[in-house]
Amino acid sequence: MVSATHRLTEEEAANSDRGEAVVVRFAGDSGDGMQLTGGQFTLSTALAGNDLATFPDFPAEIRAPQGTTFGVSAFQINFGSSAIETAGDQPDVLIAMNPAALKMNVQQLREGGLVIADTGAFNKRNLDKAGYEADPLQDGSLAKWKVLAFDISALTLESVKEFGLSNKEALRSKNMWTLGLALWMFDRSRAPVVEWLKQKFAKMPEIAEANIAAINAGHAYGETAELGGQVGQRHIDPAPAEPGLYRTVTGAESLALGLVAGSQLAGLPMFFGGYPITPASALLHHLSRLKEYGITTFQAEDEIAAICAAIGASYAGSLGVTSSSGPGIALKGEAMGLAVMTEIPLVIVNSQRGGPSTGLPTKTEQSDLYQAVYGRNGDAPIPVIAARSPADAFDCAIEACRIATRYMTPVILLTDGYIANAAEPWKVPDMDGYEPFPVKFAVAPKGDFSVEPYARNADGARPWIKPGTPGLEHRIGGIEKAPVTGNIDYSPQAHAQMTAERAAKVANVADTIPNQDVCLGETSGKLALVGWGSTFGPIHQAVRRSRSRGLDVSHIHLRHIAPFPKNLGELLRGYDRILVPEMNMGQLKTLLRDQFLVDAQPLNKVSGQPFRIAEIEAAIEESLA
Amino acid sequence: MNNVTTLKDWASDQEVRWCPGCGDYAVLKAVQRTMPDLGTAIEKTVFVSGIGCSSRFPYYMASYGFHTIHGRACAVATGVKLANPELDVWIITGDGDALSIGGNHTMHLLRRNLDCQLLLFNNEIYGLTKGQYSPTSRIGTRSPSTPFGSVDRPAIPASFALGAGARFVARGIDVNKKLPEVLKAGHAHKGAAFIEIFQNCIVYNDDVFAPFTDRSVADEKQLWLEAGEKMLFAKGEKGVAFDAGTKALKVVAGDSDEVLVHDPRNRALALLLAEMPGDIFPVALGVLYEDPAPTFESAVIEQNRAASEGKNADLQKLVAKGQTWQVEKEPHEL
Repeated sequence: MVSATHRLTEEEAANSDRGEAVVVRFAGDSGDGMQLTGGQFTLSTALAGNDLATFPDFPAEIRAPQGTTFGVSAFQINFGSSAIETAGDQPDVLIAMNPAALKMNVQQLREGGLVIADTGAFNKRNLDKAGYEADPLQDGSLAKWKVLAFDISALTLESVKEFGLSNKEALRSKNMWTLGLALWMFDRSRAPVVEWLKQKFAKMPEIAEANIAAINAGHAYGETAELGGQVGQRHIDPAPAEPGLYRTVTGAESLALGLVAGSQLAGLPMFFGGYPITPASALLHHLSRLKEYGITTFQAEDEIAAICAAIGASYAGSLGVTSSSGPGIALKGEAMGLAVMTEIPLVIVNSQRGGPSTGLPTKTEQSDLYQAVYGRNGDAPIPVIAARSPADAFDCAIEACRIATRYMTPVILLTDGYIANAAEPWKVPDMDGYEPFPVKFAVAPKGDFSVEPYARNADGARPWIKPGTPGLEHRIGGIEKAPVTGNIDYSPQAHAQMTAERAAKVANVADTIPNQDVCLGETSGKLALVGWGSTFGPIHQAVRRSRSRGLDVSHIHLRHIAPFPKNLGELLRGYDRILVPEMNMGQLKTLLRDQFLVDAQPLNKVSGQPFRIAEIEAAIEESLA
Repeated sequence: MNNVTTLKDWASDQEVRWCPGCGDYAVLKAVQRTMPDLGTAIEKTVFVSGIGCSSRFPYYMASYGFHTIHGRACAVATGVKLANPELDVWIITGDGDALSIGGNHTMHLLRRNLDCQLLLFNNEIYGLTKGQYSPTSRIGTRSPSTPFGSVDRPAIPASFALGAGARFVARGIDVNKKLPEVLKAGHAHKGAAFIEIFQNCIVYNDDVFAPFTDRSVADEKQLWLEAGEKMLFAKGEKGVAFDAGTKALKVVAGDSDEVLVHDPRNRALALLLAEMPGDIFPVALGVLYEDPAPTFESAVIEQNRAASEGKNADLQKLVAKGQTWQVEKEPHEL
């Protein structure tokens, strides 16, 4: 554990975008270990007290042919001495491990930014594969940027010579050598990475030592070599932060922790049914290691079995959870209807990716909102909530568990590939600060009674009756049923009444969620930007920057999408204009228009990449022009 | 026996709504008659079904019941049993439900060996959707969707189950008095018990099993298997034997030394019995195969236990795991 002291003045807190920030992008071949490098740089940066946001950007292929442009894997980190909410619009530094990585990433580099390239990888073969006719490091085509090119491959081989590794094995440490240099450039400690390597390679100490030697060599190179005056060491002060204990989390991690916390606050064992799919699998991986928290994980034969088993487990008294990404969620649709019809608690997590169909498995999008809100046969309302960041996923998961158990309903929790993979610092929550919501299972009363599995409480929720409970034996099913008794009844009256009761129950969720607030700006004015999910960061920064230039714009961020907070309609009507930035073709925009008859205007991006702050700022200006 | 119940205790108050003369009535009665003999508490019993005529079954039992969606009873039942292994789980399904739309789940439930009883009501037709041919219908079955006769080869449920790795495979007939014995054997088996019940659909596929179920041919066409007993039929006049030359089964005289003795643990033989062609051979009934193996839920529970052993489930520690850093208060704060 390291500690840092921060000077948090009011002025800093108010103008926290005045601080210094740097965007670094590590790019290389899929096999070059760029995600690992980025992850370790992130850890060192977090431990140094900077705020940060990351953007892992990798291909769908596990090992695309070496040296090709489609095999390029990149990891971007934005870190600074003030609040960081996006992974950064434009890198300041690009580390390119081969020609393809340079080609795919250099155009995004800020003009005047720094390219660090491994000349050892810029041979004829790799240049050909990347489609370069001439070596860009030598033909002047990179004149807009500063270029620092040297033979990282050779330097790596030299640094690990004493370990007697094969050439191929030794070159694997290239990423660690580069990490060492990057750690030097930004005055970061090597200690946490060294510790991590020792743990990771505990059984292969010579590999650990070789990697450590490579890190040290990269670091020493920065310290001692003449780097042409282009690179100096740069120290970024810690960001002001609330006092407390911090760690980094990815969205998948915090989601797993939030689900564990949610099941514990409900006092229930958790049953998680999943089927491997990118980018949702990480949740299954995390939860499968937490068995001591009363978690049973089940890798099912398909997406349908995953949700059906979770429904069966909820029926039997566990908290059923299932997770997938858009295509898998589509497969689960019929079973979601079963959970709606039988009124069984269930949490359904959708880590969204670009669609439709297989779409963009490793790229991010927010295009499953219609699917979440409308995507079932029949009138089948389900509460929908959305996480805005890796850290926020924790609270959203708890909220999903609360709604599911209180209202006896499936709940959809939307996250996305960006949130699932990205990391950010997280103030470790004090679990005593969370109100438990213990579930009470029904028991048979004394004396004469009739079993009423579909009687409703004030929330509109039915009792949760576990099989195994003496005296309360009853039958449920996906077929329409009579109110109160739940016996098969598909008479017109029964269907009309039960449809209304199911809808009213979900609408009642609005009674126990907070009113919608304005997270930046005023409660009325010329323009409101309304967002949901992982676009929070770029929208927030764009609104902040626009406001600092005197523009009348406010930011409203929605966590609850179905039902909406009760005051949302009134709030939206307080603005002359409403702009809805979304990574889809305008889905929240449609919902807002439908529910409130407001003139919500779309700002759409469907490139599989997150919004850049500048894109949203430009849209704000245009809207207010 | 801990729980003393009667047939009446197991019947719910709901009016049974199958077509008059449907084989499902006989199976329902057989199950209700069997349950008191098993000694299971009513509240610990769960019937899970998919969709189809037979899947209405749970509504007519006085235990817990879950009428799920088409093909998914096995998947729901897996969650029920994993969440509460003390429950006695019965799956009610049909030929379309279990072998067509839900074939994948049936296969994996059997492979995993979840402790449950799976009753497959095979009537070789889609009844509830008004008579289309099913995955067990014979080639040439004329139906609304195959007016010129079906052309695809039928699945043999018992072979499917054996192929999927089932450790208990049995067969019964809806109206046959031996059905309760088959159900009891399935219940006594620890693991997934796959029980195919030949069930007559009086409306869309009447008498499709008559060539071996009709009283007039029953003796000649039914081979009731008993562990350790000779495979005899036709009142003991005929027996089933193994032909070493053709590596296939053959019918021999009942007093022949060649008549096989039934060993339910012999999986290769079970496959041969399951697939005996209907011309000169009888239909193998009763327990074709039984060879217990560890159950899925017991393995899951054991792994959960072992992985939790000695670990303290402290939520506060969990959220603070990994590399952390402390942000201190400004020491000179005003």
